[in-house]
Amino acid sequence: MAKTIAEINERIRKGKAVVVTAEEVVDIARAKGVSKAAEEIDVVTTGTFGPMCGSGAFLNVGHSKPRIKLGGGKVYLNDVPVYTGIAAVDVFLGATAIPDDDPRNKFYPGEFNYGGGYVIQELVAGKDIILTASAYGTDCYPRKKLETLINIRDINEAILFNVRNAYQNYSVAVNLSDKVRYTYMGVLKPNLGNANYSTAGQLSPLFNDPYYKTIGVGTRIFLGGGAGYVAWHGTQHNPTALRADNGVPRRGAGTLAVIGDLKQMKPEWLVGTSMLGYGCTLTVGIGVPIPILSEETLHYTIVSDADILAPIVDYSEAYPQREPDILGEVSYAELKSGNIRVRDKDVPTASLSSYPKAVEIANILKKWIETGEFLLTEPVAPLPGVESGITFKALKERPIS
Amino acid sequence: MNVSRRIVLHFPPNMTGQPVVCHLVKDFGLTFNIIKASISPGQEGLLILELSGERKNYDKGIKYLAETGIEIQSLSQDVVRDEARCTHCGACVTICPTEAFALEPKTRKVLFDHNKCVVCGLCVKACPPRAMILYL
Ligand code: SF4
Ligand code: SF4
Repeated sequence: MAKTIAEINERIRKGKAVVVTAEEVVDIARAKGVSKAAEEIDVVTTGTFGPMCGSGAFLNVGHSKPRIKLGGGKVYLNDVPVYTGIAAVDVFLGATAIPDDDPRNKFYPGEFNYGGGYVIQELVAGKDIILTASAYGTDCYPRKKLETLINIRDINEAILFNVRNAYQNYSVAVNLSDKVRYTYMGVLKPNLGNANYSTAGQLSPLFNDPYYKTIGVGTRIFLGGGAGYVAWHGTQHNPTALRADNGVPRRGAGTLAVIGDLKQMKPEWLVGTSMLGYGCTLTVGIGVPIPILSEETLHYTIVSDADILAPIVDYSEAYPQREPDILGEVSYAELKSGNIRVRDKDVPTASLSSYPKAVEIANILKKWIETGEFLLTEPVAPLPGVESGITFKALKERPIS
Repeated sequence: MNVSRRIVLHFPPNMTGQPVVCHLVKDFGLTFNIIKASISPGQEGLLILELSGERKNYDKGIKYLAETGIEIQSLSQDVVRDEARCTHCGACVTICPTEAFALEPKTRKVLFDHNKCVVCGLCVKACPPRAMILYL
């Protein structure tokens, strides 16, 4: 009994769709069996809420009188530099940008208390943002200086466009050295003092559709508290990563590029974030609905934390030196137990991605679909899968001249 | 008059081999109770003590500690959690030396027990969304 997205949408419109979260589906399938569950369930919702550096927003701030060409000039939003190498009054605000006068790691470890991710959150919250700009002036854009407040309500477009989000699996970070390491995976205590991981496990979107059979370009999703879309596969998308028998990648694999109207989003789902000694970023909330088109699609969604493995990587040496060595593999069930064993030592675990918030996202998306306000879309193109042969390349340095 | 206070000592790497706490007992007649210690030779160390004794001696002891180059946390601070900013990620759980954070097993929400907090400040900088706030 195969279903189509059109049929599922018909049921959503009538308020009759059966929607469950990726957490709930595990028990339902266990109780009823996969085939009965696949017949009854229309959509499984997923969620994830973690720091995602590949995030940012395009803003069109409107034309001043007289006009100024921000393109090619220097522009700051709340002292955070934005990218201006595009059209006259379009800028790109990246999540990891930090003010020019931030001391960085000069006072090690740097605190990175403010940056692009925080500006995005304040913008979404409707706060006024200070724009300062200097430009070179042209015949048609004579002005050279601009200082003004802007507000998301008044500017033309504010488009969140994240080139890499929702990583399908991620390494567990530990520190084998005898010094504290400050990393993008958090503060790592010496001598295997802690282990940090960062995915929602069984609730995470791409763990529930490991071969990208339903998620594709054009899939409508929960993004930052509003509706957004999968725009493309994300950067570093690596479908050919090592997989377990159940299809689930055992290493970092697929990623999503996502896009959406920032004006509809909410500040509680786009949170400015600081990693001590590393930098600034944005914690992003994403939820992807998975249409249950067949027993096979349902089968993939019943994956649970015990079936998903992640590699343990030393961030004091192996990671920075790009050595391939791993210290073993652990399941998300073990990670969530609070302790894992690494080299015969009990190591306490902590997460950088919020599981309670991932649950909340999956439930919000479920409600949107149940009440008929969120319809599913048919992907217009698939994401590159295993057959694409795409692999994640390292940079090969070549001498100049 | 006797005083008894909880203090946090940050040891620079060159100091961790030295028996400073012995001096507090021997030279100033203070008594102590170690709440938490994470010190190994050649590394930055952290020691959380409940230090008690005669007021005059207590002040002298603190002065001695300050002269050795150990950083002493001021005692009248407070750390609170901004509930609106906390995302319940859990990054603080393994950072806190006194286990003031605990995971609620069912919901995986992060509970903060203010009474266990000794205001060492470690979580303030390690919390990714900066939800832990230090009041001076
Ligand atoms: S690290 Fe910060 S945001 Fe995360 S659970 Fe702890 S207090 Fe909350
Ligand atoms: S300041 Fe933070 S890390 Fe230190 S004891 Fe209090 S809660 Fe724990």
